[in-house]
Amino acid sequence: MKSLAAILIRDVRLAVRVGGGSLMGALFFLIVITMTPFAVGPDLALLARIGPAILWLGALLASLLALDRLFATDYDDGSLDLLMMGEMPLELTVAAKALAHWLTTGLPLVIIAPLLGLMLNVDMHAVGWLTLTLAAGTPALTFIGLVGAALSVALRRGGLLLAVLILPLTIPVLIFGVAAANAAITGPTPFGPAFTILCALTLASLVLGPIAAAAALRHGLE
Amino acid sequence: MELQGEGLACNRGGREVFRDLSFKVPAGEALIVTGRNGAGKSSLLRMIAGLVRVAAGRLSLNGGTADAPIAEQVHYLGHQDAMKPSLTVLENLQFWAKFLGSYNDVGRALELLDLAPLANLPAAYLSAGQRRRLSIARIVAVSRPVWLLDEPTSTLDAPSQARLSELMRTHVTGGGIIVAAAHGPIGLERARELKLGAA
Repeated sequence: MKSLAAILIRDVRLAVRVGGGSLMGALFFLIVITMTPFAVGPDLALLARIGPAILWLGALLASLLALDRLFATDYDDGSLDLLMMGEMPLELTVAAKALAHWLTTGLPLVIIAPLLGLMLNVDMHAVGWLTLTLAAGTPALTFIGLVGAALSVALRRGGLLLAVLILPLTIPVLIFGVAAANAAITGPTPFGPAFTILCALTLASLVLGPIAAAAALRHGLE
Repeated sequence: MELQGEGLACNRGGREVFRDLSFKVPAGEALIVTGRNGAGKSSLLRMIAGLVRVAAGRLSLNGGTADAPIAEQVHYLGHQDAMKPSLTVLENLQFWAKFLGSYNDVGRALELLDLAPLANLPAAYLSAGQRRRLSIARIVAVSRPVWLLDEPTSTLDAPSQARLSELMRTHVTGGGIIVAAAHGPIGLERARELKLGAA
């Protein structure tokens, strides 16, 4: 446990220090949401209707943004070699890194989402539900992205490849995240089922993501 | 304890680096791996560290902790220093000490490598030699029986080289094992030599 806590603390520290770029995703998210009303026009009803979808898309793309650095920096300076030689199973090491990554890139998105929801004319009451779907769904995005980050670790500029690999896998999360948010805002379908499936997707990715990522890293050894 | 390799072969990128390589290092001894550039010195060290696949042959650490993979009982000092520029010297070292297991005295390791005055400096400001010393502090701070050192003396000045040989001697006389890749002498008397690419 001690070594997992050590990784968590180190990665969070690295992300918030100079050059860590933890707020890059949140800024990108802010820009996308701010520009949307200008592009769509001043139709408040339309904005309210597409609001959840825009928020989810923005969060999805923003969480991809910093993902390619998840293992690449450790690969570049040789830290990854040592991380693989620890007494902790690589799966847990990788999971701790993903958790730190979510805390520094996913959580800020969730925190600013209520504010951005208001900018898209999402109902005050529904903003809470919408944020809840993001809180439940963004960990899945990070943990699925983890696999892509592990696969593309040795490539320079692996970011694009990573997006191509990962985006198809995140479609279920997007579908049920938006479905749950829409259910909470406009109905008529109940919030429960879609939200439960979203949570199930997150839980599954929390388990499968690290296993697949660790396998990818081991296989990448040469 | 004894580190043993039997009939090892290594392939990298489809090219055979070496094959049929055997060696044996008992506790309290050092093995210096020599050979020309590209002969496979680094590959051999990385293979022992579990970072390169063993294409053929067998690698074993007799008398080590049973059930634990060899990778968890060795220290690997490679060309890269695995230190984060935005963390301080102390934070870097503390992280590795906690992550790699038994938390020895980090402060003492810094003292031994003359890094104590720099403890609160971000690692970005260290010179190449100082970064090297920080890596060495890492393997001193956490005790593991086998040290794998890849050209450990490169970038070190004369006093630091002397300090390193002193640390290596202490490790070996304490029953440890050292496997080092080197081009020149690294200040260890009584070391076996394994010459790669001779055949």
